Amino acid sequence: MGKTLFDKIWDRHVVKSIEGGQQILYIDRHLIHEVTSPQAFDGLRRRDLPVFRPKQTIGTADHNVPTIDQHLPIKEELSRKQVQALTDNCAEFGVELYGLGHKYQGIVHVIGPELGITQPGRTMVCGDSHTSTHGAFGAIAFGIGTSQVEQVLATQCLLQRKPKRMRISVDGELAPGVVSKDIILYIISKLGVGGGTGYFVEYAGSAIRSLSMEARMTICNMSIEMGARGGLIAPDQTTFDYVEGREFTPKGAEWDEKLAYWKSLYTDDDATFDAEFNFRAEDIEPMITYGTNPGMGMGVTEKVPAKAKEGESEATFQKALGYMDVQAGGALLGQSIDYVFIGSCTNSRMEDLRLAAGLIAGKKVAPHVRAMIVPGSQQVAIQAKEEGLDRVFEAAGFEFRQAGCSACLGMNEDKVPAGKYCVSTSNRNFEGRQGQGARTILASPLTAAAAAIAGEIIDVRTQIEVLV
Amino acid sequence: MKAFTTINSTAVPLPIEDVDTDQIIPARFLKATTRDGFGDNLFRDWRFDREDQPKAEFVLNNPTYGGEILVAGKNFGCGSSREHAAWAIGDFGFRVVVSSFFADIFRGNALNNGILPVIVSPDFLDKIFQAIEANPQATFTVSLEEQYFQIDATGSKTAFEIGPYKKKCLLNGYDDIDYLLSQAAEIEAYEKV
Ligand code: SF4
Repeated sequence: MGKTLFDKIWDRHVVKSIEGGQQILYIDRHLIHEVTSPQAFDGLRRRDLPVFRPKQTIGTADHNVPTIDQHLPIKEELSRKQVQALTDNCAEFGVELYGLGHKYQGIVHVIGPELGITQPGRTMVCGDSHTSTHGAFGAIAFGIGTSQVEQVLATQCLLQRKPKRMRISVDGELAPGVVSKDIILYIISKLGVGGGTGYFVEYAGSAIRSLSMEARMTICNMSIEMGARGGLIAPDQTTFDYVEGREFTPKGAEWDEKLAYWKSLYTDDDATFDAEFNFRAEDIEPMITYGTNPGMGMGVTEKVPAKAKEGESEATFQKALGYMDVQAGGALLGQSIDYVFIGSCTNSRMEDLRLAAGLIAGKKVAPHVRAMIVPGSQQVAIQAKEEGLDRVFEAAGFEFRQAGCSACLGMNEDKVPAGKYCVSTSNRNFEGRQGQGARTILASPLTAAAAAIAGEIIDVRTQIEVLV
Repeated sequence: MKAFTTINSTAVPLPIEDVDTDQIIPARFLKATTRDGFGDNLFRDWRFDREDQPKAEFVLNNPTYGGEILVAGKNFGCGSSREHAAWAIGDFGFRVVVSSFFADIFRGNALNNGILPVIVSPDFLDKIFQAIEANPQATFTVSLEEQYFQIDATGSKTAFEIGPYKKKCLLNGYDDIDYLLSQAAEIEAYEKV
């Protein structure tokens, strides 16, 4: 019987199967950052262990870093200490670090693909749940806890049970103004925040295949928001073109050899999945969220549900609406907003910035709105400047900041105040995620940019003439 | 890791669904470089208001409830992979979390820290909530060895699943890393092919 893409990669990385379905899985590449690694390095020191394969781990500082004045010492003491601990640990254990000020610094999930560390067929992990992003290349990539970070540092392996397989197909053509972020928010709104738990998802179908690499990354990035361990997309010519010629991609004869292997990475026709879902691209409109988890999403012209969805508790639903101060059965179109954040590992790449710039150019941010654009990496920032996008943003009244996670999780100063509404291109609208009491509305870069200009939730399709 | 034995305890009810790890431990408390002390900030923003005053209505501030067992609505621990969530729960004093459904990463993190995630049916979960509501001092028994969860007052019991490998680790206080290190020769052999 045929194999799925997921099985082909997974099976090749099994060192050994042990009792009760546990397997020792070999990890090709490991990304680390300042927040989830210090306790893992401490563990190595306690056991007097080296890093087993230091060349297969790469570090960067992203979660905690300020997004202005990065050349100065970090003001906030605990953040400074944590970033310093990463620097010291990488030096002590011989791990390459792209720290603050380095030309390759940026959000882990932006720099991996950008540098060619992310490649088809690889297994990749990071102490961060959005590691699923790298699956866009046809890699098995998933987030892990700190104990597991320590295991990978010590042995380059993890003990895992093989997840079940799910395929989600999206066929058809997206309407103008609808982008990959809308696809994934739509899928999560249909499956719910727990709908993917226990599964690894393959995204397929014509609407997915026609997406660029960056758009595919946005989709895979949010797999975890429906509970899936990860998501992946079969590599194709779009993938190979993107990967070729990057810092760490194979060159010459090695490239040819790898390419031949990568071309075998697809789901066989007769392979089967444990669950399958099919959606039509034409059914998707620009999406926003109304509640406090990414499953509480709706089309921008739709109304907030009148009651909890079937199988969900009414108490949890009411708690979410209370926190967001939105009405059951009400519309969000026209809802006044206070902040706009364009950034995060979901939407901070060149295409996202170009999309936003196209919509913003020649316009002004509404006077009551504070709008921020935070590029995903130093390289994105440089490229944006080369294209003159920084001037477009600043002329419109956006702050164009330096690379980092920023207001995605508010560990640095980039926070949204209590009670304020923020339209955000990040991936989580949990209570307090962007600051204590902050109210997050997730959306695409297009919808976010349009909201910044209008000062309220708006259907970006009404602004579409500026895009063509 | 602390070995897990049979637990007999009262329980704290948290009948909310989709509790994410940002609620369990908000990001601003993730700046520590050690594993200690996270219990103080467990459910920080549900427990305390913005002036750091305890919110009387939150269950962890209600002296009526206590114990080593936390009982929560479905899809507990969704969101971020931060192991700090498991550290906070353990540091606060919980050894067992019961729900009808756990997020994958949280479940793994809990097991790696000697905290037992017990999955029960939605109906049984309701029964547990009802038992606590009827009597906050109601006790429950969790046997890892025999893999059951019991409502002591009624004797009502349910079996729960756990893989044989993880069970052995918990009972003996072993970490995955001990096992993986013992497999170094096989890992090196794998690398050569
Ligand atoms: S941008 Fe947000 S979601 Fe992405 S890695 Fe950073 S904190 Fe995590």
